[in-house]
Amino acid sequence: MTQLALVIDLNVCVGCHACVTSCKEWNTSGSAGPLCDENPYGADPTGTFFNRVQTFEIGHFPNSETLHFPKSCLHCEDPPCVPVCPTGASYKRKEDGIVLVDYDKCIGCKYCTWACPYGAREFDEKAKVMKKCTLCVDRIYDMSLAEIDRKPSCVKACPTSARLFGDIHDPESVVSKAIREDGGYALMPEWGTHPSNHYLPRRKTHLKIHKDELERADNPLKVEGHLPKPGKDESSMDDVSAW
Amino acid sequence: MKPAFSVIFLTTLIGAGQGLFLALFTHQSYSLFGLLPMQSDAFYGYGSVLALMFLIGGLISSVFHLGRPERAWRSATQWRTSWLSREVIALPAFMGITLLYAVVHLAGMRPEVITLPSGLVIDLSVVVGTVGTLLAFTLFVCTAMIYACLRFLREWHSPLTVINYILMGGASGFTLAAFYAALSAPTEARFFGGWAIIITVLALAGRIASLVRNARLRPTSTLQTAIGVKHPYITQRTQGSMGGSFNTREFFHGKTDAFLKQIKPTFLFLAFLLPLALLSVSQSSAGLLGFAFVLQLSGLMVERWFFFAQANHPQNLYYQTIG
Repeated sequence: MTQLALVIDLNVCVGCHACVTSCKEWNTSGSAGPLCDENPYGADPTGTFFNRVQTFEIGHFPNSETLHFPKSCLHCEDPPCVPVCPTGASYKRKEDGIVLVDYDKCIGCKYCTWACPYGAREFDEKAKVMKKCTLCVDRIYDMSLAEIDRKPSCVKACPTSARLFGDIHDPESVVSKAIREDGGYALMPEWGTHPSNHYLPRRKTHLKIHKDELERADNPLKVEGHLPKPGKDESSMDDVSAW
Repeated sequence: MKPAFSVIFLTTLIGAGQGLFLALFTHQSYSLFGLLPMQSDAFYGYGSVLALMFLIGGLISSVFHLGRPERAWRSATQWRTSWLSREVIALPAFMGITLLYAVVHLAGMRPEVITLPSGLVIDLSVVVGTVGTLLAFTLFVCTAMIYACLRFLREWHSPLTVINYILMGGASGFTLAAFYAALSAPTEARFFGGWAIIITVLALAGRIASLVRNARLRPTSTLQTAIGVKHPYITQRTQGSMGGSFNTREFFHGKTDAFLKQIKPTFLFLAFLLPLALLSVSQSSAGLLGFAFVLQLSGLMVERWFFFAQANHPQNLYYQTIG
């Protein structure tokens, strides 16, 4: 069983929205028709997006941290949006686990959005059907593209490589390793939806320097007698001063 | 959630229609056993037509909820998994039975189906009425389970949702039946009015129970589980759009907490207390009974608005701040 998914490294994401614009560009240009925008240049612009980058502030200033949080469909392994669909327009593909909407079957009742705790689906006000992230299903299997380009648009666009793409059921895949080794976690685990997309937490790299490492302890040439011996506060150079 | 008027009208109107049908057949069953004087076929027939009118009104209103109503027929296909799909099947089926019940009475097509050992004659109208009763309850359960099955919406995810849909639909239907009887069979208005009082009291108890339950709910999801950061102080700074999105339009009722607080006593009075007072005052005046029904139905529409508005969707955690 294959389960394609994204792993998003929150430690690396800089919140540039390149994944948002790249996603919108690819998915508004495809054969499924445009993702509608209303008042794009007006006072109150709104539109359908598959992917949003949100920003959270954690803690109180000045001890606070900014977290940029890209959010798209998590392609749950047990997607609650699928069984509630009255028409069968929402479905989960057996072969790769992608959750899709058949835009030709959707009646636009919006019931699936009520059943998704993540708010991952957005109604297209012009097409009058529900739309959601497809993991660029029209791109990742396109043999006319070079293999390196057979990835979701957002993954290709990310300038910091914060987005990884692969099969989370293959233990050797880059995404499985990232989840396993870098503390990958799922959103709202309390609902038992088993999201396929995972997030890697913010991580801090601490450099530990012991006190004795600040001073030169060894002296391989044993030449201290011939070398100047400056005071401990003054600057010294390797193999030039006695310290 | 943002209350959709199409769904408010759908659920309240078909509830009254189902309740009226149940009231009519309850009366016929009582009469069958000689507990009440059997009324003319016209009484049951035209009453059933009136119930059908409410069901049709609800069905028409539901169409406005769909983005693509021309594909609505597809929504009957997933009855194995979707309560919405089951409702889509149960509603026309019940409408068909309501029509059949009217036709059987109005055309006088009441051939004997079986005679029970006690000598009780079961004719076609009784069979149709029994099937209709089962379908009316099936439809109540389907409608309510659409909401009660969504485990994330904890205000709805309770057996009380199903119980209250049945009781509130039944209450409005029996009040309507009392009004209808006051016009067409004045001696029987008392029977329907009595049941209307009982069911309205039960519905009030059920609704208060669910209000108490919902007031004590603590959210399962928090911003911490939503973004997976274990820190007590998290504030959203942007939600990824400046002008709002589908997520900000569909899941927020857009009214103040004070407004919501006012709505609660409003519907408790309109849907339950005032109709109860009117039903207790008079069981024969068509004017008062009609007024009681209008109050109750509009009160239930306010109640349904509150039912939707009160449900707090976990996705709202991601849409706290535009910036």
